[in-house]
Amino acid sequence: MSWSEFFSMGGYGFYVWGSYLTTLILLGGEAILLKRRKSALRKRGGRDPR
Amino acid sequence: MNIYKYASPAAFYPLAGKMIPWFAVPAAILFAVSFYFGFFQAPSRAGDQNQVYHIIYIHVAAAWMGMFLYVLMAIYAGIGWAFNARLASMMASSLSITGAVFTFLSLVTGSLWGKPTWGTWWAWDARITSTLILLFLYIGFISLQSAIDDQRRADRAGAVLALVGVINVPIIYFSVQWWNTLHQGATIRLLEKPKMTSPMLIAMLVMLVACWLYSVAVVLMRVRCIIAEREQNAALVTEGAS
Repeated sequence: MSWSEFFSMGGYGFYVWGSYLTTLILLGGEAILLKRRKSALRKRGGRDPR
Repeated sequence: MNIYKYASPAAFYPLAGKMIPWFAVPAAILFAVSFYFGFFQAPSRAGDQNQVYHIIYIHVAAAWMGMFLYVLMAIYAGIGWAFNARLASMMASSLSITGAVFTFLSLVTGSLWGKPTWGTWWAWDARITSTLILLFLYIGFISLQSAIDDQRRADRAGAVLALVGVINVPIIYFSVQWWNTLHQGATIRLLEKPKMTSPMLIAMLVMLVACWLYSVAVVLMRVRCIIAEREQNAALVTEGAS
């Protein structure tokens, strides 16, 4: 199977890759937003809770 | 070692921080492993379905996670309510976002699968509708918590909603047996020979484990933020009062 065949997914590339791209954006986005939330807290609060 | 000391948010905070990479790194590796088995080992067709069936790996895992995380959230919310355990309530808040993300993902991937397969993006069929209700329960829980200023009351109100909503989870699970749905039947049943080839099954189960590990990592990340935010708010209140 060639790469272009692989990416076309028998003509269903939009649906298959759309699904995996959405997954990547949602899960990756969640992790990135959490990292930002954490660093914003650091800036505001300074120390870790105790 | 006294494990009960970790029920205190301040003691749990550094422990959670140490645990995150142990879940995040294997999650990333297993996502790649699942992708390899699903796309390079599994056959390009499955039964009467053409290549579009590759959506199954993420769709089924996302749908399972949406349901599991809801039950887990309700248990934590219930413990927080019954025993006044702050950390348990914080865990419930943290789980709600990740659960909502997976439920939304299962609806989107289902839609992307439905269009080429059934010719429609959406159908008001029992399974799809009950999954949409699950998403609304998550959104209800999240908005209820953010709408109430008093944290304890917010946690309690959220717990009531979460526990009542648990009834929806078996409805989703058994919907394909109870009603005549457009949605296909269960993909994997306990005690039954799976209808899939083994690379497909491996890809799906590995994806599920990857999603679990991912969820643990992000839920711990978020609960740390919640612990720190609530402590900062409490500190502000005390300063203001004195």
